[in-house]
Amino acid sequence: MTDSKGRVDTTTSTDEFIKGLWRENPVFVQVLGMCPVLAVTNSGINALAMGLATTFVLVLSNALVSMLRHFIPRQVRIATFILIIATFVTVVDYLIQAISLDLHRALGAFISLIVVNCLILGRAEAFASKNSVGRSVLDGLGMGLGFTFALLCLGCAREILGNGSLFGVALFPAGYQPWIVMILPSGGFFTLALWLLLFNHLKARQQAAATPLPEASP
Amino acid sequence: MNNDSLWTIFLNASLVNNFVLAYFLGICPFLGVSGKLATATRMGGAVCFVMLVSSVCAYGIHQLLVAIDAPYLQLISYIVVIASTVQLVEMFIKKMSPALFRALGIFLPLITTNCAILALALFQTNKGYNLLQSIVYALGAGSGFTLALILMAGIREKLELATVPDMVRGTALTLMIAGILSLAFMGFAGVGA
Repeated sequence: MTDSKGRVDTTTSTDEFIKGLWRENPVFVQVLGMCPVLAVTNSGINALAMGLATTFVLVLSNALVSMLRHFIPRQVRIATFILIIATFVTVVDYLIQAISLDLHRALGAFISLIVVNCLILGRAEAFASKNSVGRSVLDGLGMGLGFTFALLCLGCAREILGNGSLFGVALFPAGYQPWIVMILPSGGFFTLALWLLLFNHLKARQQAAATPLPEASP
Repeated sequence: MNNDSLWTIFLNASLVNNFVLAYFLGICPFLGVSGKLATATRMGGAVCFVMLVSSVCAYGIHQLLVAIDAPYLQLISYIVVIASTVQLVEMFIKKMSPALFRALGIFLPLITTNCAILALALFQTNKGYNLLQSIVYALGAGSGFTLALILMAGIREKLELATVPDMVRGTALTLMIAGILSLAFMGFAGVGA
């Protein structure tokens, strides 16, 4: 499901952290963990909370999987990873419930559904089960923050257009007619499609700049 | 307890609150396996079966957990049951139809991490459905998932022949189609209420 690219030995620790933010961004580049990306990004605050909860689970599960990587038999590794992840998700579920009940209601079942976020299992399988604890934690942190960044991109765009506000603060004068469709399910699909287009465009431009052509395509 | 009639539950799960297009559950297989109509149909079948089995199991587990007063084990026990059901289906398909097994590829074991199935188990618990209602709910959700997958695969097969700009090709195009499908499914709002 993901590639670890086999460059592990040549990269520095900073690279492990940075790559998740941009070059291997889990959402825009690897297209992993789409369900929460689309479902909870109807407002900025939901997106931020979801991103941080996922980062928390990702870092801790990466650390534990990496610590146990010599003890887990290969045949049952996936089941073991899932159990580790499920434990941390239960922790985060009760944690959010304790911090803010409103937030817990807004995110609903999607906190429990962090268990089945392919991003987390993907990192455990592709990275943490092969690398040292320090690197795995950095990788988890980078990937988690990259994921949060992507969620915020979507959440803010959808909240501004669909509700005329950002993090609950109204941005436009009273006459503004919000685009309701943006906070409805279909708006999620459209917004993500547009962000992906933007990313493809940037990547294509980078590639065009890297290859010396007489004239880059517009 | 919940007193919704079986027909309402079925319509709700399959059309009005379609798992893929309204709740965004199971997006990964929806984007990944919807390239060919035949594969999409069989994937839908496999998901339906896993949903049905895990729904019945989840009902039993919930009763047990209530009896021993340990709600914090809910998530962990559900996911273990789902993972073992998927393993069972995988072995079954590998034995019965190796061609289908190859066609589904990595997405077969990934049914474990298909959020639609875990979500189904969690929703039916939250809504307090009894055994019969749970089964109907699972059937509705499964058929809704299959319907969305088949619609998507049909459209994508046609689009193979169309010329689209390079930049839009791939996931971005699929997401836009999904957005339009989702708009269309909003038309079902209010049916069966």
